[in-house]
Amino acid sequence: MTVDDTAPVPTRAGPPASRAGAPIRIRDVDISFGEFVAVRGASLDIAAGELVCLLGPSGCGKSTLLNAVAGFVRPAAGEVTCGDEQVTGPDVARGVVFQSAEALFPWLTVRQNVAFGPQMRGVPKAQRDAVVERYLAMVGLAHSAERFPDQLSGGMRQRAQLARVLANDPSVVLMDEPFGALDAQTRLVMQVELDRIWRETGATIVFVTHDIGEAILLGDRIVTMTAGPSAAIKKDYRCDLPRPRDLTDPACAALFRELREDIGAEVARTLRAQGLDDGHDGRPGTGHPGGERTEAR
Amino acid sequence: MTVEAPTVPDRTRASAPSAPRRNRWARLTRIGLSVLSVLLGVLIWDLVSRNYTAFFLPSPRLTLEGAVELVRDGTLWDSVSASSTRILTGWLLGVLVGVPMGLLMGCIPWLRLMLDPYIQFFRFVPPIAFVTLAIIWLGPGEASKVALIFYTTVFIVALNTLAGVLSVNEIRMRAARALGAGPVRSLVSVVLPSTVPHVVTGARLAMGNSFLTIVSAEIVAAQSGLGSLIWTARNYAKTEWVFVGIIALGLLGYLFDWILRLVTGRTLRRYGVTF
Repeated sequence: MTVDDTAPVPTRAGPPASRAGAPIRIRDVDISFGEFVAVRGASLDIAAGELVCLLGPSGCGKSTLLNAVAGFVRPAAGEVTCGDEQVTGPDVARGVVFQSAEALFPWLTVRQNVAFGPQMRGVPKAQRDAVVERYLAMVGLAHSAERFPDQLSGGMRQRAQLARVLANDPSVVLMDEPFGALDAQTRLVMQVELDRIWRETGATIVFVTHDIGEAILLGDRIVTMTAGPSAAIKKDYRCDLPRPRDLTDPACAALFRELREDIGAEVARTLRAQGLDDGHDGRPGTGHPGGERTEAR
Repeated sequence: MTVEAPTVPDRTRASAPSAPRRNRWARLTRIGLSVLSVLLGVLIWDLVSRNYTAFFLPSPRLTLEGAVELVRDGTLWDSVSASSTRILTGWLLGVLVGVPMGLLMGCIPWLRLMLDPYIQFFRFVPPIAFVTLAIIWLGPGEASKVALIFYTTVFIVALNTLAGVLSVNEIRMRAARALGAGPVRSLVSVVLPSTVPHVVTGARLAMGNSFLTIVSAEIVAAQSGLGSLIWTARNYAKTEWVFVGIIALGLLGYLFDWILRLVTGRTLRRYGVTF
């Protein structure tokens, strides 16, 4: 990363000029909401600058785990560290791109949205403008800077979100199914763009998706999760195929089949668990499919 | 980057490309229908009034003459300006206090819990019930009327603002926090802008209630204002003055609401205020 970084960055951890990504360590993390245990005993090490895809069926707790890294939810047990610091809450060092474009501020133009982070950190105006310009150009939104989010297409909104996060100079970018709501063509374009932007910024990226193809196109590593509740890390696939990747490539296709089997087993397990619950439905008072029964598997 | 074709960067959303002409016609039709409806109403009023005495139901013509009379001697203008001043003062103060109150209640749970019993209680006590108290405590002057308008406004605005704060998208709040906005900055830069449509709705509702309140207050204790005009007309057996007062109230309220919609629709459009 080359952008001038002399501005005081109060909440930013680590040396101010370190634009490269920070490593993330997730250690024996349990996350629960009341009685419900969403994630149990998750451990994962992510190297600085890596792009790791968290892959799993819907509702498997991958977004929950991402939220713990972001600092939005506190683990009930275990710990998450980013760089040298334990994660205790949200921080500008860990930018988050959400699936929903609701995350953008609809009353601000794209430019103002992107400038929001630097403004909050007190970056001087001139420097802020330069940073905003740079990242608007990087995501290809320079020509739409004065428009409002509701005047943008879905893909452009996600570009705006990405630019807004990058303008804060994060060492980690957390992406929660960012392209999940886009049409297939736009998604493909965005995946290629993200691949490029990631290489330009050098940030560590954790990318949550349920799309196997997307994970293969993007990930240095693809980490699958078991079906929730009490989700855990299942398997860690290293993927060092040359970029840009092509899903029709035999190596990619082989990995695709392997991942589909892996994920398919989790989906089947979920369905079985539901089937089991259905069997109990005849009995009154068995309650709803809670944690205990599924934990017993 | 070729997938997403840029559209015209224009904040005004005309519904269709060939719309201007069709829109103008639709608008003319709308206005025409409204005017027709009013004319019909006056006609029916006139026809009905022929069967009754002027004391029971004055005709539109007599009412118009009454209005001219009241305009000539300045009574109507004095009444309108007296009522308007009270409404605007009390309403403005109510909005200025109600918005921060709603924001703070939305953001500080213990404050919300502490104020909640009072809000739930006073919500059901109409300002008219306080007219006597207001006069005892604040005297028969302007203060008591303004205080009543303030009272009716502050609750509506605070409650609407509170509802707005509680409905702010959680994703938006998380985004702000992850971008480095602390609690105070989030409140000012994210919660407040997100709440603007709720605030405007509250302010409009409060404006309506202010009209209800001012008339009752002026009827009980005032030497000026539209409520007072309506009440004193009784002493002269001038029913047409009552009609003039009622029509003036309706028109004044319509005008205030129209201005409010126009101004907020123009200036607060980016916050999602549309009329």
